Amino acid sequence: MNLTAVNAIYRFEMARWGRTLLQSIVAPVLSTSLYFIVFGAAIGSRVPEIDGVSYGAFIVPGLMMMLLLTESASNASFGIYLPRFTGTIYEILSAPISPFEIVLGYVGAAATKSIILGFIILVTASLFVPVRIAHPVWMLAFLVLTALSFSLLGFIIGVWADGFEKLQVIPMLIIMPLSFLGGTFYSINMLPPFWQNLALVNPMVYLISGFRWSFFEISDVSVGISLTMTLVFLLLCLTIVWWIFRTGYRLKP
Amino acid sequence: MSSIITISALAKTYASGFRALKGINLDIRRGEIFALLGPNGAGKTTLINIICGLVNPSSGSVTVDGHDILRDYRAARALIGLVPQELATDMFETVWATVSFSRGINGRKANPAYIEKVLRQLSLWDKKDAKIMTLSGGMKRRVLIAKALAHEPRILFLDEPTAGVDVELRRGMWQVVREMREAGVTVILTTHYIEEAEEMADRIGVINGGEIIVVEEKAELMRKLGKKELMIRLGAPISEIPAVLANHPLSLADEGRALLYTYDARAERTGITTLLNTLRDAGLMVTDLETRQSSLEDIFVDLVRQST
Ligand SMILES: Nc1ncnc2c1ncn2[C@@H]1O[C@H](COP(=O)(O)OP(=O)(O)OP(=O)(O)O)[C@@H](O)[C@H]1O
Ligand SMILES: [Mg+2]
Repeated sequence: MNLTAVNAIYRFEMARWGRTLLQSIVAPVLSTSLYFIVFGAAIGSRVPEIDGVSYGAFIVPGLMMMLLLTESASNASFGIYLPRFTGTIYEILSAPISPFEIVLGYVGAAATKSIILGFIILVTASLFVPVRIAHPVWMLAFLVLTALSFSLLGFIIGVWADGFEKLQVIPMLIIMPLSFLGGTFYSINMLPPFWQNLALVNPMVYLISGFRWSFFEISDVSVGISLTMTLVFLLLCLTIVWWIFRTGYRLKP
Repeated sequence: MSSIITISALAKTYASGFRALKGINLDIRRGEIFALLGPNGAGKTTLINIICGLVNPSSGSVTVDGHDILRDYRAARALIGLVPQELATDMFETVWATVSFSRGINGRKANPAYIEKVLRQLSLWDKKDAKIMTLSGGMKRRVLIAKALAHEPRILFLDEPTAGVDVELRRGMWQVVREMREAGVTVILTTHYIEEAEEMADRIGVINGGEIIVVEEKAELMRKLGKKELMIRLGAPISEIPAVLANHPLSLADEGRALLYTYDARAERTGITTLLNTLRDAGLMVTDLETRQSSLEDIFVDLVRQST
């Protein structure tokens, strides 16, 4: 294991983030605050409690998840796309470093960033609504697993994309809507039966449900299933990344 | 002298179906400066990129100091520094950060003193805190060289290191390359400036259409293939070569005011004495003689023309 090299990539990526730290943090904090003002305070006061949890608190895990998913994917995709775009990837590919180590550096950095952001959102949220966490360890486990899987997904997007627009396409057109519909703002039990069943094919439902359970012990689907689905997704992404390096897809002619 | 890189039957067919390399066999000797010459699209970059791990070979094998580049890629790549043909830099990073990154990613522990030495050697020390995007093209290329040297490689690949670099800077780079060689580093460079190869290289390989057409010591190549020409200026112009001179390799030059005699400088007999005697017998007056050695450039052009 070439830890010096992994560390070099990790630090390099974190430093890149550090230079734009303010905008990386201000934007998500601002948008989450807006959600809390609109849905938590304004509309939330008129929404009845869901399974004994005030609406303002109910949306905290959902919002954190939504942010985690989009930020992980866009951070990681940008991280690997940039050197592909500028051509500096030659240095990574010609270094004495294994694919696993490359992924560890990039995905590790992207996941770290989004986990830090997740906590910032949590702190911001607790300024607006009282937040309690029933299972902090599970909460952390879901946070880390989700950040890792979606950073891997981002890595895949960054290898696949052949233009800056494509980097935005998947987070904007798929991840964001699916997490919106996956129960960020409501419990899928509130949907009519037909839509409830349809919602179960949305992978975000499982992530958000499990995460919310770690806060309030309420969930749309059982925690075991949530955890299984998260791990399945992680495995799927790992397989695709393995295939990318195996075939050299878009990295090596 | 032992080989540090051994390339055997290396072939590359790109996904487009294009055969960029057609069975390359080549040994690079430890500590030499090897110049790879060839026209655009000959396969130089493809060959270098396969050795460095940027392009997957289709068949054949390469070993670097005994390490197979695929099976034992860590050991092989740790020995190699690469300066790519394209100017690819992290625009927003500082020179210091990007060069230190190169050392780290190659698995070497930080060594600021060594990085400083490299930057000074390449006259980049006063730019160490400058963002790369503020540097000129020639400076960027030197940054790429510094990055390639950051992990103290034993083999340095320079893919057209002096393209777009002014004369003075080019001489500066040659100096750096010589210093590398003195430090025992093997250098493989490609160039389109033949004078560069002539100036620098110990050995020269010419590649064309994905095939190596010649590999030779520079001096040997020039001796073997380099023809000498003798220009014989005549007192009075002639319209055709007199019949008595028919069996000498002569051609008319300068509108009949001169004869051009081509000969092999290495040969036991150059035929010059006989020729001059015959000229005198034919009553031609010779006013001046000059000889010219064909340059590596002429040799190169001839070779490539013959092989296509
Ligand atoms: N990724 C690729 N896909 C398909 N063909 C390629 C690819 N890369 C290079 N080629 C082709 O392979 C041939 C050799 O290219 P290469 O870059 O090795 O040439 P070169 O000798 O370095 O040329 P130059 O002097 O212009 O740098 C060219 O015909 C080129 O078009
Ligand atoms: Mg080239």
